[in-house]
Amino acid sequence: MKATKKSQPKRSTGKLAAKRNGDLRAILSSVVASGSVWLIDLTQTLSPNFPTIVLPPEMGQARPFRMEEVSRYDDRGPGWYWNNVSFGEHTGTHFDAPIHWISGRDRPNNSVDTLPVEHFIAPACVVDCSSEAKADADFLLTVEHLKAWEKRHGRFPVDAWVLMRTDWSKRTDPVAYQNLDDTGQHTPGPDPDCVRFLVRERDVLGFGTETIGTDAGQAAHFKPPYPCHYYMHGAGKYGLQCLCNLDRLPATGALIVAAPLKILEGSGSPLRVFALVPKG
Amino acid sequence: MTQPAKRPKRKNPILRTRQPTLPPSVRSRVALGLTAAAARGRLALQVCLDCGAVQYPPQDACRACLSHRLVWRTQDGRGELLTETVLRNAQELYFRERLPWRVGIVRLDAGANAVAYIHAGVSAAPCRVRVEAALDRAGQAALVAVPEYGRPTLSDDPKLREMSCDPRMRKVLVTDGKSALGQAVARALAAAGADLIWIGEAEPWKKDLGLEALRKLPQTAIVSLDVTDGRSVRELAGEIGGKIDIVVNTADFHRTFSIASRRGVETAQQEMDVNYFGLLRLAQEFAPALSGRAADGASSAIAWVNVLSIFALSNYPAHGTYSASKAAAFSLSQALRAELRPSGIRVINLFPGPIDDEWDQLERPPKLSPAAVATAVVEALKGSVEDVYPGDVAQDWLARHLDNPKALERELGQGGQ
Repeated sequence: MKATKKSQPKRSTGKLAAKRNGDLRAILSSVVASGSVWLIDLTQTLSPNFPTIVLPPEMGQARPFRMEEVSRYDDRGPGWYWNNVSFGEHTGTHFDAPIHWISGRDRPNNSVDTLPVEHFIAPACVVDCSSEAKADADFLLTVEHLKAWEKRHGRFPVDAWVLMRTDWSKRTDPVAYQNLDDTGQHTPGPDPDCVRFLVRERDVLGFGTETIGTDAGQAAHFKPPYPCHYYMHGAGKYGLQCLCNLDRLPATGALIVAAPLKILEGSGSPLRVFALVPKG
Repeated sequence: MTQPAKRPKRKNPILRTRQPTLPPSVRSRVALGLTAAAARGRLALQVCLDCGAVQYPPQDACRACLSHRLVWRTQDGRGELLTETVLRNAQELYFRERLPWRVGIVRLDAGANAVAYIHAGVSAAPCRVRVEAALDRAGQAALVAVPEYGRPTLSDDPKLREMSCDPRMRKVLVTDGKSALGQAVARALAAAGADLIWIGEAEPWKKDLGLEALRKLPQTAIVSLDVTDGRSVRELAGEIGGKIDIVVNTADFHRTFSIASRRGVETAQQEMDVNYFGLLRLAQEFAPALSGRAADGASSAIAWVNVLSIFALSNYPAHGTYSASKAAAFSLSQALRAELRPSGIRVINLFPGPIDDEWDQLERPPKLSPAAVATAVVEALKGSVEDVYPGDVAQDWLARHLDNPKALERELGQGGQ
């Protein structure tokens, strides 16, 4: 769970590319090459040590990331190295589609193979809860916090990601990251009213967190249980979890690229999430 | 003279680690009957159904009446040591490296003469003795004359010690310390005098109070090990593989489903991933390291223990997919046994019946406590066996299996008892 290295502005030959290729690529590469945009990786490394969600052992379990070597320049394949990997759809930095939750099961286009591609790129609003989460692992984000945020940064736009920054991704020890005791997990998340507000009054695209779920660790005891999953997916919204580097995003202005794998009837998938952030 | 194992001197790193040698291991098919009984800790000899003569060595026809109707029967081994000698010369490398070697002829009360190794606790011939069948480093039965009374152990005799795998002063890896069984095994090994016990811990974010308690024992070290993760197994083998004398594989994934009571294969895959592929990963990474240290002085690598299940023998449909994974592990353990045979490292399988844990909650007693299984592990190591069926249920199922496997299959299909 190491934080990724700082992205540096690309120093590619943007102008040359612009001449040779189509307009859009020219625009994008010249923007990136000009140094006016930072690319920031918000993805944790998929590794066997990265924990998956803990459920009672009699239930079906999300499989953790595993990797078996196929060959490594050896008798199994003399000139090449490759692996077979396996993981649950909800492993590592991952995307939750509406079909993941029972409340979203009848939404149209609710699985990762059918969801609209225009949602793969969306603006992000980052709510900084890092000091609150540091003081209280069970910190809950409320409507009050959101309204205070809006006072400073303006209204949450329709179809924007709302990302809850807690700095939880900096807990590189999996034990501290999971933060379990005999009453379950203690990690921050949104309270039910907060989720209802974002869904019904702001019509956001989805909710993202640095913790292992979009809901708080104790959300099984909320009304309803797991409100972020229940309301977001029930309204066709998405979830992103196990994000990192949210501390490097501005409160507003970043563009998130989050395109899950195209899995038939997939309920979610690990993915590479990155942000385009205007410099300065 | 008998003497308990002492802490061996530290290895001299400028000397070559010796290669293992084995006693002669070729046996006729009929002679393997002696080994089959010894593997379960028993002395058995053939008895003629026609004239009652007890046979030694194993025969195809009765040495008294030439009848071919010979059956294997367990013997108490009592008899008289008639005469003895000490070998001071040997062409076989194994004995040559261990001379002098005491052997004698025992007149068994059952009526046959047998050649046996003589335990250091036995006084000079003639005297009363008891003959035991033990497994030598080649895994074949060898007869050992021990004092008639008392409980002399092989490890009390410096020459015969390596026919046992006594954990005293040895370094042991217990692959999973998250279960009550793994913790009981670690405790039993500590009580048996193991020098160092590495205890594997997977998914460290799931805290376990029993494992936390073990952390406090002076001879334990908790190490990161998840048998479902090849990288984790490989890394640990790299770190400590060359130090381990005994591996005890306690990693077990047990769910209680039949074919129909769980949709899909996800849970069954997890059972296979821990119980079968876990053993395969461990064997690929740790077995070579053990083989390389099979003759490393008084504390060489010596044994590999698998805690299987009596369900491996015949499927218990109420725990159908778990049974299948344990049967797969049992089959693989036979391959491991064959591959470790040239190094003399013994593979011991335990087939306990239901254990008194959360997954066998709905099984009726008698159930084995984790501590009882742990005791069986240590006893198996101290003794000279390959296959152990601890507890009444395991003994009962084994007897029914040996008598009529098809009948046991039907009985288990109708609920077990």
